[in-house]
This record gives sequence, structure tokens and C-alpha cells, in this order.
Amino acid sequence: MPKDDGIGAATVRREDVRFLTGVGQYTDDIKAYGETVAVFARSTVANGVIKSIDTTTAAGMPGVLAIFTGEDFAEVGGNPAGWLINSRDGTPMHEPKRPVLAHGKVRHVGDAYAAVIAETLEQAKNAVEAIEADIEELDAIVNMKDALAGSNYVHDEIGTNQCFDWGWIEDNRDATDAAIKGAHHVTTLELVNNRLVPNAMEPRSSRAEYKAAGDEYVLHTTSQNPHLTRLLISAFVLGIPENKLTVIAPDVGGGFGSKIYHYGEEALVLAAAKKLGRPVTWTADRTEAFLTDAHGRDHVTKIELAMDAEGNFLAFRTETLANVGAYLSNFSTATPTFLHGTLMAGNYTVPNVYVNVKAVFTNTAPVDAYRGAGRPEATYSLERVIDKAAREIGRDPIELRRQNFIKPDQYPFASAAGLEYDSGNYDALMDKMEEVADMAGFAARRKASEAKGLLRGFGVNAYIEACGIAPSNLVGVLGSRVGLYDAATVRVNATGNLSVMVGAHSHGQGHETAFPQVVAEMLGIDASTIDIVHGDTSKIPFGMGTYGSRSLAVCGSAVVRATEKVINKAKKIAAHMLEVSDGDIELKDGQFSVAGTDKSVSFGEVALKAYIPHEFPLEDIEPGLEETAFYDPANFTYPSGAYCCEVELDPETGKVSVERMTAVDDFGNVINPMIVTGQVHGGLGQGIGQALLENTTYDENGQLLSASYMDYTMPRADDLPFYTVDHSQGNPCTHNPLGVKGCGEAGAIGSPPTVVNAVIDAMQSGGKNVTHIDMPVTPHRVWSAMQNA
Amino acid sequence: MKLSDSRTINADATTVWAGLLDPEVLKACVPGCTEMSGSASDGFEATVVQKVGPVKATFKGAVQLSEMNEPTSLTISGEGKGGAAGFAKGGADVRLEPQGDTTILHYDVEAKVGGKLAQLGSRIIDGFAKKMADQFFENFSNAVGEADPESAEGIEETTKKKGWFKKLVS
Repeated sequence: MPKDDGIGAATVRREDVRFLTGVGQYTDDIKAYGETVAVFARSTVANGVIKSIDTTTAAGMPGVLAIFTGEDFAEVGGNPAGWLINSRDGTPMHEPKRPVLAHGKVRHVGDAYAAVIAETLEQAKNAVEAIEADIEELDAIVNMKDALAGSNYVHDEIGTNQCFDWGWIEDNRDATDAAIKGAHHVTTLELVNNRLVPNAMEPRSSRAEYKAAGDEYVLHTTSQNPHLTRLLISAFVLGIPENKLTVIAPDVGGGFGSKIYHYGEEALVLAAAKKLGRPVTWTADRTEAFLTDAHGRDHVTKIELAMDAEGNFLAFRTETLANVGAYLSNFSTATPTFLHGTLMAGNYTVPNVYVNVKAVFTNTAPVDAYRGAGRPEATYSLERVIDKAAREIGRDPIELRRQNFIKPDQYPFASAAGLEYDSGNYDALMDKMEEVADMAGFAARRKASEAKGLLRGFGVNAYIEACGIAPSNLVGVLGSRVGLYDAATVRVNATGNLSVMVGAHSHGQGHETAFPQVVAEMLGIDASTIDIVHGDTSKIPFGMGTYGSRSLAVCGSAVVRATEKVINKAKKIAAHMLEVSDGDIELKDGQFSVAGTDKSVSFGEVALKAYIPHEFPLEDIEPGLEETAFYDPANFTYPSGAYCCEVELDPETGKVSVERMTAVDDFGNVINPMIVTGQVHGGLGQGIGQALLENTTYDENGQLLSASYMDYTMPRADDLPFYTVDHSQGNPCTHNPLGVKGCGEAGAIGSPPTVVNAVIDAMQSGGKNVTHIDMPVTPHRVWSAMQNA
Repeated sequence: MKLSDSRTINADATTVWAGLLDPEVLKACVPGCTEMSGSASDGFEATVVQKVGPVKATFKGAVQLSEMNEPTSLTISGEGKGGAAGFAKGGADVRLEPQGDTTILHYDVEAKVGGKLAQLGSRIIDGFAKKMADQFFENFSNAVGEADPESAEGIEETTKKKGWFKKLVS
């Protein structure tokens, strides 16, 4: 029977009440006396020298309170990259400064070079129009191959457009080369992982207040990661002491990665608020979101798969160009390297893997982690080339994968790409997928499609990802400049209700519902008495934020540890109340009882006693009932899945529609199956969007041509099928206390190759020998490929 | 964006050449032009109000003439800044080929747009540019040339449309 409370219950999301009734509090909703508005002057050219900026006219315009240019921030620090990558020759990556406002040069369309603070939005916009900037346009660097070949640099001071040239694992290079050279069959595929704009529903917004009385700042901002934002502003950019700066991420309308990072606008509003002594708010319009949010993906890859005569995988070798845009966003160097290269063994026992990634500066918006972050790129390359290989050697794509799967008795399994997978059962996932997708009925469905003049294709994919980032000791060795633990405080109030302060930030993930389920289960109390507090650095001990499907695996584990500490202390109090030793106390269903007797006190009585400690043994127990834990994971977690889909393709027009989509995932234990299903649905929508519709297009001058919903095609409900989602095949994570693996990104990782494999299959079924097509698989591309086949 | 075409103008090459260099003619012929000043030798300053798809803006720009081989060819280059709407810049190589009493005007335009114009208007910019060129040359033909006797409209309005510029210079 499904539970109706605690771990495993499909509890309805409590936060949805405020979201759906319009009473959520977003950054731009926060208002106080004396509000002012910031608007940025942004470059209309992709690459240019700032000759002069004349703000005289603008400064005299109605309502204008202050104008800032790059000159005002020339002396403060830059926004750093969070991960140091060393090139194959051992040299460190190039890290050009990323200033608050562009200074000297503008480097992408949308690069802010000035900001106006005015009484109203309209006045600020008018004044921005009146700023006279003399910017001499230079040739734009857009294409990555040209960028590496040319002598025109995004950052002149580093004298190259190559950020780094990374090899993983460099020691495996020769063995991989040898395996490919001696292989019976090598399949090669060149592909593009298309650049995506995150498109959170709420655009970025930042609002700063300065409180002169205490020389204190409060920054409200659309962040997935308020503590990291505070740390970066304090330690690197403005130097405001951490104890003088509160960063609050209130309700945030989606992030998908783009709000992990610190952006210059946050620093600007802080500086402006201090200068004016008034609150300053900036809220991006949709065009600014397109131009300046960190984009995702944008890899150009060549992958080779070597096999022996029996179809056993001998080696994967990839060469990838990864676009990092004009500046290094905080995790931009980790995404194409350690979040990508380490996954290039997939679900397979392949003995040799070598990955080469060259990161390239271009005059485009910065590129960083976007839902899946590196792992979708890895999965896409692997699962596309495996499908191609199966076709080349005449094998069933599912059977070829199964033959090479890691088997359940091989865990823990050291992958050839350097990770140690703790648990999984890929054959069981595939079995379940074949069952719930009704694969047996495919032939009949194909016939029915053909009767309508349509081609029907079947595509399959197996993925593994690394979530719950990550052991600080490991990532430290790999170049991370931060630790990747998380923290939680469980505060039991005197009247028995709880506030749980968590470092993870919820901006759609449902933490306010799921985390109380964990605590309620452990304490045996009603989850409705437990509230989650998140997103406020003044209330929460510390946090490393929400990304990489880490919240439950890492922060949830911290919640467990803190709750265990609360239970231990509560047992001592109960033992004192019941006049026994704490070893005799058992906690069950919210009651502390003496083993083997009918003597007990309730959780609520213990809580009250903790705060009214009359007759308390103060030498043994402190008053109060509040505990904090920091949790640093022992390993990544490794969710995996088997996905398949069926597409219908109209050979007359090239239009593809996804008719059936099945996702069978191993997320380990599941706290709230309804939320997990919702997360998978969202990921599938984004993955199908990438596969069929979404594309970010810069022209040769670095102008962003797809900067609105007229040209950037977001998936709509009628582009998506009903999904079959199953997470019954969980193999618990072996190293975190909840046995959870993370589910936030899976759908976006597993679906793109599934869809494209199905499109290829559909074209093949129509007698067209097309072996590759790049995403997005638009009608034009499909039609053209079929004409040329 | 590239645009190449040619137009037959009912005037001799000298008249066409003079028209191309005259700010008053250009002001009357550039669609949406509200101000035009300057000279062929020093360059022109122009203000043009135009709507490109969803983007409406006032463009202020400078136009330079170069490579001038009277009356056979010249190069026009310029840049218009539309503030928040972005910018348009480019050039045109113009060649005049006499043919009897008329002149064939050949042009090769290369232009680019940036900012909001590119972000919101890129899909329609080619069509827009062609429309602008069509309008310009229609206006220009009317200004400097004899009306086309082949067109019904021309027959009806011959007197009215009889090349006001040509009357001034001839």
C-alpha cells in the first residue's frame, strides 16, 4: 500500500498553494520606501573597443540618480571561475578577468558597459538611450574552429582563444589509441550538441538595500546558490565582509542551472544601493535573459567506438570543442570536463576511454551548466555512436548495449573514465522498459503509421550520470576551488513544531514538501508540523546550493544527520524525564518509551522540556533542542536509466512528432514518487525540446538571431506526448543515509539521444540510409537529409 | 545580408549621377527619411524613422560616398544607430550604365544589422531590405526620370510625375 505520510508518500506539494494562487514572493515583488530601478546599457556589437562613454546628457535627464560605467569598477575584483582546469601539458587554464561592467572592450552582444539608476523604469530606460558610447566594432569571433585558428582574440591579454586543452585520462591516451588501431570495427560519428538558452520562467532579478546604521547590505536575488553568491561577492568582487552581507534567494521561478552563478548585475545593485542609500532593483526583460543568462551545451564532438569481432566495446575516444563564450562563468570549466569526461564510459564495461576537450572563448554569451551539465553531452555522444555502430555491424541496438552493460555483480565498478559506480542494474532497467513500453506492439504500431503515409521509428538509450556533487576531497584534487558538502539545522521549537534550515535552495524542486517527509519519518511526527527554511544566508548555517541533482543526496543527508543528533539529545531528555538511562529509550511513532515497559513521553513533551529545563541535569544536557550537521558525501551518486521512444515522421514535410516516450530510471530510494515523476516529466520536456526544437543561433557577426520566442522554439504541450515513467527499479545508493541518487536532470539527459535515434530509425525504415542528423531535428533538416540520402 | 539588382531609370547617366549626390533628392527618396543634410564631398547626415517587424526606431546615421567615377560608379557606405533598437550598417557599390536615353543602375548592397534589429527582426530583414530598395528606386526614378510610359499609372499621371528633379536641373 502506498504510504500517505513520510518517506515514500506521494504527498501533494505544499508550496504549490502559494505558487498557484499568486502569492509567491519573488525578488521583484519586494518593495520598500524609496525604491529605485537599474537599467543596463548593453553592447549591440559582439566585439568592440570602448573608445568613450559620454553620460553627460543621460545624467541630466529626469529621474536619473546615478550612472555607472566600467571605470567605476576598474579597481574591484572580477567574477572568478570556480574550477581550475589544467591543460594536458600541465599548464593552468587561461582565466581572463570578468568585470562587473565591461571596461576597455565589450565581448558579446548584451555585455553591459553602463548602468543607470533612476526613480522609474521608464526614466532609466530613456537615460540609457541617451548614453553616448563610442564603441568601435571589431570582427567577431563566433565559430570555435575559426577562433582556434585565427589571431583575433576575445581577450587580447591571453593571446589565444583556447581556455584549456584537457585530456581525460591522459595516462589512458596511448592505450585507447592502440585499442582503436587494433580494433575489428571502429564507428565514427561527428555531432553537434546544440546550444540552448535556459529560459527560466522568471527572468533574473537582483535587489539591494544598504543599511547605513550597521554598514550592512541585503541582496535579494534569483539564485540557486545564495551562499556561494555571498562568498564570491565577499571574497572576490566587492570585498563586503560576509557578516555584513545577507543574500536572500526568495521564491525563484526556475533556474535549470542558469541561476547557480554570480552575475555582475548583483554587484552593481549592491554598489548603487550604498551610493544612493536607497533600494535598487534590476529585473531582466526577456531579451536580456536571452542575451546574458549563461547558455548551455554547445559542444562539437567527434567520437569513435572501437569493437572486437563479437561486438564487445574496446574503446571510446572523443575530441570535443566546448564553447565557453566570452567570459568564464563560475562552473563553465567544470561542465565540459569533469561533469562530461568522467561519464564517457557510460553504462559499459569498456576498458579504454580517452576524452579530449578544448574549451574555446568566443564573442558569445557565457556557457555554463544547464540541466544535466556535461552529462547530457556525454550520453548523447555515447548513445548516438552506439546506435550507429549497431547498425553498421547489423546488431540489435538493445542487445548490443546489454552485451556491454556492467552486470549487477560487478559493483562497486571502477569505470574506465575514472569513477566508481556504487550500484545499478542496467539489464533490469532495460527489461522493465521493454515491458512498460509495450515493445511487442511496436510492429503493429509501425504498420498503422505506414497506413497513414508516415514513417515510425523506435529509439533507445541507456544512460548513467553522476549526481550528488560531490566529495570535497575528490573535487579538490580535480581542481574545484570550493567544497561541495551541504548543511542543515533542525530546530525543534518549544511547542513541538520544527524549522529545518537547509542549504539547498528550492526553485521548483519541491524541497518544502520532500524534506519534511524525511524528518517526519525519522521522528514519527506529522510532516505538517515541519517547515523548511531555505535561501537566506542569515538564517541558514551554510549551503552549496541546488544543482547537479544534489539537494536530497547531499543536503537531505545533512538533514538526516542533524535529525539524528536531535533524536540523540531528545532521548537523553526523555531518559531524564522517565528516570532511566538513555540507552533504554526507544523512539517510535513520536513517542519516547522505555523498552519493555509502558512508560513513555511524547516528542512534544520532550521539546517543551528542552526549553523549560526545570530540574534539568545541566551538567549532562544543555537546554534547547537544535542541531546542525554538515554532510560531505563519500562519492557521487549514479542514477541510471533505460529510455525509449517512438516517433512518427512525415516524409513529405520532414515533421517529426514524438508519439510515445518511456523513461525507466534507477533513482535509488524515492522520497516522494509524485515529485520524482514531475521532475522526470520536466526533464523529458526539455530534452525533447533540445532534440526537436530549440537552437541558439548567432550570425557570423555575433548577433544573436534567436533572442525571442518568435525565433527560439520552446516546446509546447502539443509537441510532447504523454509519458510512461517508471522508477520501480531502484538500487539504493550505498553511501548516503537515505539511499537516494537524484532525479532532477535525468529526463534531460536520457531523452535527446532517444529521440534522435528514433528519427534515424524512422528514416531508415523509409529506405533512406541516413546515419546521422544534428539537433534540433527540424522538418527542414529531416527533409533535406532524406532528399540527399 | 547581400542584395544585388539593377534598375532602369528614365534619365541619362549625368542626371542620375547628380540625383545620387543631392541631399534633397535623397531625403525625398529614402523611405522614412525625415532629415538629410551635408554634401557629397563631406558626407551626409541622415535621420530615418523605420519599423522593422516589431522594432520601430529613429535611426541617425552618417553616409559617406567614395570611389567616385563620375558618372559611372561610386560606393556608398554608412551606419545608422537606432539606440535601443540596435544598428544597421553597410555599403553599396553602384554602377551606372547608359542605355539609350535611359540609365541602368546596378547595385550590390552588403549590410548588417545588430542589437534588437537582429534579435527580433532577423527573419524579416532580407524582405525588409528588398522593400526599402524597391521603394527607394521607385521614388528615385520618379524624382529624376521621365515617368515610364508603359505603366498605366504613368500614363495617367505623366504631367504630375514628370521628374521634378530633372525639371530643376535641366
